Amino acid sequence: MATAKVRVQLKEGYHVNSNTPSEDYLIPLRLVWNAAPLEVVSIEYPAPKLEKYQFSAAPLSVFSGSFDIATKFKVPGNAPHGPAILTGKLRYQACTDRMCLPPRTVEVPLTVDIQ
Amino acid sequence: MKAEKDRKPAADFALKDANGRTVRLSDYRGKVVLLNFWATWCGPCKIEIPWFMQFEQELKDRGFAVLGVAMDDEGWDAVKPYIEQHKINYRIVLGNDSVADTYGGVDALPTTFLIDRDGRIAAKHQGLVSRSEYQNEILHLLDSSKRTASSRSHVPALLLPARAD
Repeated sequence: MATAKVRVQLKEGYHVNSNTPSEDYLIPLRLVWNAAPLEVVSIEYPAPKLEKYQFSAAPLSVFSGSFDIATKFKVPGNAPHGPAILTGKLRYQACTDRMCLPPRTVEVPLTVDIQ
Repeated sequence: MKAEKDRKPAADFALKDANGRTVRLSDYRGKVVLLNFWATWCGPCKIEIPWFMQFEQELKDRGFAVLGVAMDDEGWDAVKPYIEQHKINYRIVLGNDSVADTYGGVDALPTTFLIDRDGRIAAKHQGLVSRSEYQNEILHLLDSSKRTASSRSHVPALLLPARAD
């Protein structure tokens, strides 16, 4: 088993919806992996904050500042030894308290050495 | 708000509304238009929509119209239910990056343009602004074009352009 952390750093004033947003219409933060030859065991997001913004009647479940998303991988018995590159995709949608940026998906490359 | 001499023409476009009809910005020439780029996933956008509905209702007879441009990637699957649920009383079309580019790129939502009766951009707002700011600008545009129209009507007959026979 191995753990990899993706560190996300947001600009000041911005937040992203958490992986469990408080409203149906909000686009959640989501990390997915094309993990072959490894297998994903779990993806752990940090605990979100509940923040109130001028545009929301109720507090929203968000992440802001800097935070890590931890992925546990397992190595199947038949995984070839040596270097490999796994590709993650992180989808997010960021806002300030006045405006929102379009949702984006960024690639997260992860280089591993299977021994 | 830009002075009249500094206003540039708003780019025309042809986009479909919720009934599949083609809507062109040029269809609105002669009206003051509030052109609002928004999306169903945008919280600040949703604050403004009730204001825009009220403006549409109260000012349409004075030559004002709201035109919403929805930027949802999911298209009408996301937008139509929202229109129906909130009983939006103004026209909404489905936008795309190409149209957004003709407006200098719509980097954030909401982005709202106020367009005068001559089809020129009088103001641009990026992000949530106050209802009163929109109202003041809209009324100014409605009133100023009324003043221009009435001053034209007083041009002495001797100064009217000659007709070609």
